[in-house]
Amino acid sequence: MTVPARRPAPAAPPQPLPPGSFGAFVSAARAAGRLVVQPRMGMSDPRAMRAGLAATRAADATTVGTLTIDSYTRVGDQAAARRALADGVPLNGYPLVTYDPAVTRSVLDGIQDHTFPVQVRHGSAAPQDIVAALLLAGLDATEGGPVSYCLPYGRTPLTASVENWVRSCELLARTRDHGVEPHLETFGGCMMGQLCPPSLLVALSVLEALFFAQHGLRSVSLSYAQGTDPAQDEEALHALRRLADVLLPDLDRHIVVYTYMGVYPRTPDGARLLLEESARLAVRTGAARLIVKTAAEAHRIPTVRENAAALEAAARAAEAETAQAAAARAETARAEATQAAAARAAAAPAEAASRPGAGEAAASRLAVRPVPDTGIHAEASALVQAVLEISPDLGRALPLAFERGYLDVPYCLHPDNAQRTRSYLDTDGRLRWSAIGSMPLGGIVELAHEPRLTSGGLLSALRHVEQRFDAAALDPSPTHRPLGDGHRPPARAALLEEGR
Amino acid sequence: MKVGTPVTPVKTPMTELPSASGLKVIVSSVASDAHTWNLVFLQLLLEELGHRVANLGACVPDELLVEECRRQRPDLVVISSVNGHGANDGRRVIRELRGHPETAAIPVVIGGKLGIDGADSTDQAGLLEAGFDAVFEEGASLASFGSFLRSIPAGVTT
Repeated sequence: MTVPARRPAPAAPPQPLPPGSFGAFVSAARAAGRLVVQPRMGMSDPRAMRAGLAATRAADATTVGTLTIDSYTRVGDQAAARRALADGVPLNGYPLVTYDPAVTRSVLDGIQDHTFPVQVRHGSAAPQDIVAALLLAGLDATEGGPVSYCLPYGRTPLTASVENWVRSCELLARTRDHGVEPHLETFGGCMMGQLCPPSLLVALSVLEALFFAQHGLRSVSLSYAQGTDPAQDEEALHALRRLADVLLPDLDRHIVVYTYMGVYPRTPDGARLLLEESARLAVRTGAARLIVKTAAEAHRIPTVRENAAALEAAARAAEAETAQAAAARAETARAEATQAAAARAAAAPAEAASRPGAGEAAASRLAVRPVPDTGIHAEASALVQAVLEISPDLGRALPLAFERGYLDVPYCLHPDNAQRTRSYLDTDGRLRWSAIGSMPLGGIVELAHEPRLTSGGLLSALRHVEQRFDAAALDPSPTHRPLGDGHRPPARAALLEEGR
Repeated sequence: MKVGTPVTPVKTPMTELPSASGLKVIVSSVASDAHTWNLVFLQLLLEELGHRVANLGACVPDELLVEECRRQRPDLVVISSVNGHGANDGRRVIRELRGHPETAAIPVVIGGKLGIDGADSTDQAGLLEAGFDAVFEEGASLASFGSFLRSIPAGVTT
């Protein structure tokens, strides 16, 4: 299966981004070899929100700030948000639409600048008011998508969400007239938080980015949430990059990884190990940004201090992985130089070439080996292609694709989701399809004769990552020692042996 | 997306094999709750026990639940909520269900994480008084839910 036919990237480089834009900041960090790390963070009290942003900025890491809105604002219930503020009831986020723009500007003043962009995170299927409010406050970066902020979280019809997102994209895109470059991130790579097979996450992330581009955005990021298996995630992120390179050639774009979004380890060490693994995954796959989780995740909303600690832990893990990769590259280059010299010295070139090369040995020992292709790219390509074949206009194609079941998110109960697909967690820790419904994956996916998922099986699958990392944290044996020294948790080692 | 703390799984004893008929069950969230893994879990559990499930999903407005109950005439309604607003929303929707002659007699239970301060602080007596037939707070065993299910006769309201 090939990637949908589009011209490859043209030789002309994309337009330079205005300095200080979200996209330009992330690009500069990536060019400098630094992973951008970002918290989830939203408080209803403007002073607390400002302090949270200040702490994010001050963290010893390359950070961008987050302003997460509350759930009343998310569902458009501004009256409830106003009442809560009037009664002094703390909300679970910053009520961006309710506050006067001057209040939000005072929250950001002196903190948000070209060295510290701030993104608004919301979760809304009707984000027009939120987008208007963030623009009034002088912000221009946000996230979501017509599918990913509709299907998992409520009952808004998909066609209504698409219309809302068209208007929101156009609002954002219009700010380019004022010399800024708005940025929009897909949430499609995070659907349902867990148990969604990677190929569908990749396809949805690409499709939402294409939707953004069709409605005027020029700077986007494509999300992908860490799943249950590092090798599967690595393959998925490579597939995401390949598809984005072909389908979004003219856009400023980067990939953003989310630390695991499902049931989180309860032990502080388990939580840290999972966070560090996500940071290494991001570095290995060339992602530019990471949305972190904290050690408090399983228990409550994290404090500012816990968020800063998570940002710094992720940054250290990323630096270690970057350094290790650089050392491996240097070692490979040295070995290749030695080998080339040996080859030149050899009388018969053919004989030299047949000798086991020192360079190859070093490369296979040290360099990052590409993970085996288990078909994620082929699956994601087939899904994207099927949607584009319905109509090149994604606003039309996406609802029809769900109606026909070409896209069908397992375990998603939204009335517009066909609900004929099922996924399961295999014994090797990888997510697989057990039913593909009407998705165009026949002949690509090998369906296992997996017994029906039981309620107990569902709970085990939902808790698999939590239990793996808590076990690693609680077991002091060498095979479970803290990461950062090349150790990978058990499932990965098992996988490499199996050669999947 | 936050996932609610799952209930401790129990092995279904062989004695709980599905009855020949099974119940017609509506599984639903409440209006303000967007969580769904709890609903998926309950559907699978009920199906394993031999019951038929219509899963209404997340953020179900009161009117929709009432309407579906009138249309489908279930033997049982299972409401699950984990966002901390369940007790509040539940009291409101049970009044609606009890207020309609067609739905007044349908057994309705509620469970999950119903308040923001843990199971001990929930006013279970108040929920029962409001009209629920049973309350299964976080920490309640699935065995007690199972025995409740066995006490419901099939086809009474249809």
